[in-house]
Amino acid sequence: MTYISKPKFQHPQLQANNIGLTRRDYEGTLTTLCGGCGHDSISAAIIQAAADMSLEPHRVAKLSGIGCSSKIPSYFLGKAHAFNAVHGRMPSVATGANLANKELYYLGISGDGDSASIGLGQFCHIVRRRINMLYIVANNGTYGLTKGQLSATADLGSKTKSGEESLYDNIDMATLAIELGASFVARSFSGDKQQLVPLIQAGLSHKGFAFIDVVSPCVTFNNTDASTHGYKNTWENNVALSQVDFVPMRKEITTSYDAGKEKEITLHDGSVIHLHKTGSNYDPYDQENALHHINQHKKQGRIATGLLYINQSTSDLHELTDTVDKPFNALTEHDLCPGDEVLMDINETFR
Amino acid sequence: MKPTDISNPDYFHKVVDCQWACPAHTPVPEYIRLIAAKRYSDAYMINWHSNVFPGILGRTCDRPCEPACRRVRVEEQPVAICRLKRVAADFKSDIKDRLPAVPEKKNGKHIALIGAGPASLTVARDLLPLGYEITLFERDAVSGGAMRTQIPRFRLPIEVLEEELNYILDMGVNCRFGEEITSMKAMLQEQYDAIFVGTGAPLGKRLELPGHEEAAANIHTGIEWLANVAFEHIDAIGKRVIVLGGGNTAMDCCRTSKRLGGEEVTVAVRSGFDEMKASPWEIEDAIAEDIPILNFHVPKKYVLENGKLVGMEFEKVCKELDANGRRLLIPTGEDPVIIPCDDVICAIGQENSFPWIERDIGIEFDRWEVPVLDKKTFQSTHERVFFGGDAALGPDNIITAVAHGHDAALSIHLHCNDQELNERPDPLTSLESQKMGIHQWSYDNDISNDVRYAVPHAAKEQTLNDINMEVELGFGPELALNETMRCLNCDVQTVFTDQLCIECDACVDICPTDCITFTSNGEEQDLRQRMLAPAENLTQDLYVSGTLPTERIMAKNEDLCLHCGLCAERCPTSAWDMRKYLYNTAKAVNV
Repeated sequence: MTYISKPKFQHPQLQANNIGLTRRDYEGTLTTLCGGCGHDSISAAIIQAAADMSLEPHRVAKLSGIGCSSKIPSYFLGKAHAFNAVHGRMPSVATGANLANKELYYLGISGDGDSASIGLGQFCHIVRRRINMLYIVANNGTYGLTKGQLSATADLGSKTKSGEESLYDNIDMATLAIELGASFVARSFSGDKQQLVPLIQAGLSHKGFAFIDVVSPCVTFNNTDASTHGYKNTWENNVALSQVDFVPMRKEITTSYDAGKEKEITLHDGSVIHLHKTGSNYDPYDQENALHHINQHKKQGRIATGLLYINQSTSDLHELTDTVDKPFNALTEHDLCPGDEVLMDINETFR
Repeated sequence: MKPTDISNPDYFHKVVDCQWACPAHTPVPEYIRLIAAKRYSDAYMINWHSNVFPGILGRTCDRPCEPACRRVRVEEQPVAICRLKRVAADFKSDIKDRLPAVPEKKNGKHIALIGAGPASLTVARDLLPLGYEITLFERDAVSGGAMRTQIPRFRLPIEVLEEELNYILDMGVNCRFGEEITSMKAMLQEQYDAIFVGTGAPLGKRLELPGHEEAAANIHTGIEWLANVAFEHIDAIGKRVIVLGGGNTAMDCCRTSKRLGGEEVTVAVRSGFDEMKASPWEIEDAIAEDIPILNFHVPKKYVLENGKLVGMEFEKVCKELDANGRRLLIPTGEDPVIIPCDDVICAIGQENSFPWIERDIGIEFDRWEVPVLDKKTFQSTHERVFFGGDAALGPDNIITAVAHGHDAALSIHLHCNDQELNERPDPLTSLESQKMGIHQWSYDNDISNDVRYAVPHAAKEQTLNDINMEVELGFGPELALNETMRCLNCDVQTVFTDQLCIECDACVDICPTDCITFTSNGEEQDLRQRMLAPAENLTQDLYVSGTLPTERIMAKNEDLCLHCGLCAERCPTSAWDMRKYLYNTAKAVNV
């Protein structure tokens, strides 16, 4: 753990965003994770993404469960709302929060232990219920906080630092999310911010349940050459199915795009994703195709990354349940108890 | 870009901006840390070995280090390096037993030094421990040169001056003071193994305008007048004084006048404030003593009444730039300004003067009457004659004279040993890891956000009434400690070992000033633009690694690095390490 606080001095040419904040203003407290932990790079990517999008920190709610991953909301967006839930129960809290106030950006941070083991049931249901949020799993294939046991996302045959080999096949969180009806599913790598930052931005702008599985190496317990979640293996074997550029709504689009090589996806809030097709000519709208590609790559020992699947036509929880336009937490007593006359009218309809 | 060659002694030296800027290359951060540790004597000795006159320079240095201070690039004010040096001098204990021993048995070589200023004294100090016999000639009856004659006592107390002069004189110099050398030819015949000329730039300029001859008694030349005040030949001046000139001599003249009876003292400068040569702090000190400085006033004539000086006439001008961007002073057309005065002091510059060096003895001079020298060895066209200080390259400052002295002493030592003067020893360097634990360093990396601390001054009412009373009181131990904590420890270098890097980005994520980028290689200009935050300061290098497994390189912008060590703290493989780089110039003793 680093004992000094991060010096306040910053690069004098650091640009302020549309709301007058620099990237440094989106930081949280100094990390207490091990040096080199992938999770710190996820924090940095979230900071970068939020600053570039000019997000107002008080319009963001960070939610997490338990684990190394779930500590990281402390390290970014220090001025945002935050809730650190019971182990594996972040989805319930997120669902409740989203129901109460649908106008915030919800950012869930969880890990492979929190979401693929103790919280797997909760995870399945939040995907199924289509909460409008971005759910990030910092996936290192190990239980770092309890000193390096294999987790449920460890690949078959992968070994921890102590030499323990995974006897079981892994739970693939991205595949699971696609199957359960998530409308935005991506995979990335903590070491590759060029890929991760635009995916976070797109995920936050996407309306519906967005999920990013981020391979985030545990430098202390799961970073050997025999681990499939280490830096070396991930650098060598990650294959981007597509490259994404994100253009926030407010920014004027000045770059011209070649329609033959790129696809433009306009998100619900007016932001635009530019999807650069790579050699595989990948189509992220096709659910079956996405699952096929992920599995094919996995068979070859490769990790398919990038935007894997997107569907903009599904509805989120509030649309499905036809809630009122006003956020629940803004409803007044009069809205909720409109009085005898309204009750009489309602009763009348049952006669 | 090619990987940076950190074995080049200049590479990390340049990162230590203050030390790089110092003509004598004093290891500044090293002594500042010692001051923080209250090891004042140790801090003093580091200075003494490097700049010879820490107590004097801690009060009077031109401080080329301070504008170079990295702190200026991340906030506004540099560390008060100069005044911290004074702290080391003020609070040290007796250091006489730490001075180098001088052998009883001499090496048989005899060196003559002409002029007892900082350059000659530095030569003496460097050569005496090596067994040289040194004879020091000085026109005045005492040593010190410009340090004694040009710097008023209210800036440099006599005890401080003499203490540091005596450290050298007590090493066994043959002092021939009060003896003016009038012929170099005669000196050369005396069979000295080498002669060093450190006679300064003793000729002050006078402004010969109409009325000059009649008013001569009340027109003074700045440097001569200051010398006369220093030697107590002058102890009064008229009530109304005009000082002409905008350099440090002008600032000393006006402040001295205030203490010798000048009631209305005015400084008049031809150009604008921004072009004044005086150091900003000396201008501030003059203004603080209620001395008006009038800029854009061009002196036209001395105004006389009954043959006596009563004022000076000025033309008001303004600044314009011509087509070539050259500065012109254009008359504004306003009525001339007449400022009444009893005395005028001309502090408009000084020059070298060598009427005593014959021009047929093999010492060549250029067309500005400056000796032709090898700029590195300070050897003249006569192999036994060396120059240093203002005498060598024209008027500069004390610390430059000291640097010349070190270089000349080294040259003289090589010359006396029949060695090639240009084959000079390498600087003495070391690069040592400061790691003490996973997150512990042997330097304090938790730097202070405080703004620069001001040095306390004595009350104006007192100092203006006593010409010998020092104006600056100096930092006390507590203020000094606070100021030392502002130092960024730029000599503790970030050293990168590419073979160890696993490209986890921990260093990139933690760096407070976005110095570190992992990206594809390219030409420097291109790479500077592709950094996480652009690296636009071309005077500061990029530190570039070899190619990493992902085919990328690490590029670090040295410009804004705070040397906080967080990159190394977060690095899981110690690919980054914080290593202290000590650099000392090679001196005669290192041959």
